[in-house]
Amino acid sequence: MLEDAIAVTRLRRAETMAKCMSGTAAKIICASLAKAELEDSETYARVPLGYGDVDAWLHGGLRRGALHEIFAEGGHEAAATGFTAALSFRVAADKRVLWIRQDFAAIECGDLAAIGLLELGLDPARLLLLRLADVADVLRAASDALSCTALGAVVIEILGNPKILDTVASRRLTLASAEKGVTPFLLRFSAKPQVSTAETRWRVRAARSPDKKENWGSPVFETELVRNRHGQTGRWIMEWSCDDDLFQNPCDKRAKDSGIVVSPPCDRSTAAAMEGVGGTQPIRRIV
Amino acid sequence: MLRLSAVDHKATSLGLVAGMPLANARAMLPALEVVAANAPADRKSLECIADWCERYTPLVALDPPRALLLDITGVAHLFGGETTMLDQVQSSFAKQGFAVCGAIAGTTAAARALARYRDGAIAPCGEEADFMAPLPVEALNLDPVTTHALRRAGLKTVEQVASRDRAELTARFGAGMVFTLDNALGHVEQPTSPRISPPDYSVEHQFAEPIVTQDAALAVLKALAPHLASMLEEYGSGARRLEAGFFHVDGVMRRIVIETAKPTREPAVIERLFHEKLDALADPLDPGFGYDLIRLSARRVERIDPETIGFNGNANAERKISCLIDRMAARFGSRRILVFQPNDTHIPEAAAVVVPAQYAKPTKAKWETIRDRGEAPRRPLRLFAQPEPVDVIAEVPEGPPLRFRWRRVLHTVAFVEGPERISMEWWRHQGPQPTRDYFRVEDREGKRFWLYRSGIYGRETAAARWFMHGIFA
Repeated sequence: MLEDAIAVTRLRRAETMAKCMSGTAAKIICASLAKAELEDSETYARVPLGYGDVDAWLHGGLRRGALHEIFAEGGHEAAATGFTAALSFRVAADKRVLWIRQDFAAIECGDLAAIGLLELGLDPARLLLLRLADVADVLRAASDALSCTALGAVVIEILGNPKILDTVASRRLTLASAEKGVTPFLLRFSAKPQVSTAETRWRVRAARSPDKKENWGSPVFETELVRNRHGQTGRWIMEWSCDDDLFQNPCDKRAKDSGIVVSPPCDRSTAAAMEGVGGTQPIRRIV
Repeated sequence: MLRLSAVDHKATSLGLVAGMPLANARAMLPALEVVAANAPADRKSLECIADWCERYTPLVALDPPRALLLDITGVAHLFGGETTMLDQVQSSFAKQGFAVCGAIAGTTAAARALARYRDGAIAPCGEEADFMAPLPVEALNLDPVTTHALRRAGLKTVEQVASRDRAELTARFGAGMVFTLDNALGHVEQPTSPRISPPDYSVEHQFAEPIVTQDAALAVLKALAPHLASMLEEYGSGARRLEAGFFHVDGVMRRIVIETAKPTREPAVIERLFHEKLDALADPLDPGFGYDLIRLSARRVERIDPETIGFNGNANAERKISCLIDRMAARFGSRRILVFQPNDTHIPEAAAVVVPAQYAKPTKAKWETIRDRGEAPRRPLRLFAQPEPVDVIAEVPEGPPLRFRWRRVLHTVAFVEGPERISMEWWRHQGPQPTRDYFRVEDREGKRFWLYRSGIYGRETAAARWFMHGIFA
């Protein structure tokens, strides 16, 4: 529906442009303009995350030029930060990433650390940091930044459920990102999900390291895709590979070592998972 | 004892002088109106007036407690000559309700003395001595002891002092006094020290009728920007700091300053930055009775090397980024938009510094990962600015943690790795800094923390304290 709304506004804009011209030629131009813009908005590239199942569920990857929301479960703010950082750097490709945050979030959950990013395999030199005092400023800065095509992604860190972040605000972000193709990520701490125009919504918590003693502690996330505008939802355990800069299935890696092929037991018991064949069982859900 | 610190014209005519005890003054005039002296407020209003005086010359120096020195070298003709200019300055202050006296002379001491003792005098260059001659010695503005000594010696006017041999005066009062005297007589120059250095380039627009809306002011800035840009272009430079001065009719002047990451001279950019800044002001521009002069000046300029705009996107992207940085800095302040830079130290919290993006310069230090290939991250993603104390249960005092309580939640350790011992930089600190033993910890839920024990048990401390320094992704 929202896509239609965008298309309609685009059509109107094209019409007003066409009014300045004359006759049938103008009409043709108008139609082709609208079509071109519509196609454009439909075909913003999708960025594969590297994890086969997730990419299949997302029809090839995370869409550029659309709003994505990441909710941190209580106490798992750092995990959600890592997940968002990884997504945003992947989506931004070789462009810069703007990270907007509130002063209060830094006191509550710690400040984003450059060496931490570096350890995750993300280049801190590509990050621009904007520290602001209140949410109104954060949203304003975000809408402004989404018009800068030299940015690849804008991460907006917001604590709690501020009143100002309503449907109108999220629609504004969606429209701004659809126009220029800069991808906003809303990173929400201690927040309840609310109505929004996001393309995808994720719920993230840290997953336990595999029970093998050596080399524990790589960033493993228990992610739940709770909303997917163009597809199914699901749950996965995703591991961020700091060396290859992509997500992978931790079991694939372990399977390679041990020779057993098994899917990650995130929503079932280990025994049940061992019985099954490879591949994740997505939980279908109506949102 | 309370004394009069300043008196107005009427009080002077009734015989009151500054420095007189308040009791005496009250005895002479029981109906005397007294206002408590407030030196800081006086200073502030003097600075306000100095700002406003920038409409006459960029070189305005304070001469506390209640005088200003305007260096009008080369600007008098813009206001119709020295006489007209002095009239104009005096009348504009009179209109605002100030009692003002002024004079023009070739040297600072002469101008200062004439303004106080011969209001409205204009001493042409080289004739200061003639103007100064009949004035009392107090006009020299020497310290009270010297003035008193000169009077005691029977030297009551400047002329009498000037007639004495310089060697005698130097022997008796020191070289400083002789310098002041020669300065007052126009023999030697003393430079003024303007409170704000003059801008490199400036353009201004003066209005016959004051303008009163912010939109109109912005439109004027927009019109001025191309003029400034063409001046900058002529000299091959661009501005890093731009200032818009709004001169009110009623004697107030407001400065709005914007800074840029790269030298710029594009009128559209300049206008947009001012627009952002004015929009975001905490105390918006208050036009009052309107502005009658708006000035746009380049306060800090740097050379712009001409560059060809390539077809590849990189240079364009860099330009767009620096535009974005400038916009954010104009709106929120330059200390809000930051970039990370590596710092050559092994102390975790200092290994990266955040610097304002506008002032970031390339550094020699490089980003270096600590983990080896294939290893898990060894530094946390979120770091606490102030490490938070943690209650830890360990098997032995120097052992790794088994359980710990942080923010009132008990965590049971599932995996632990450590210690990674980090010593503080003893060559940078005066007092001893406890060594930190860092532990990478994962609890049963999968949350990964970075804890440290402050001080080596038994050597540096008897009761080690634990801190939470960061959280891994």
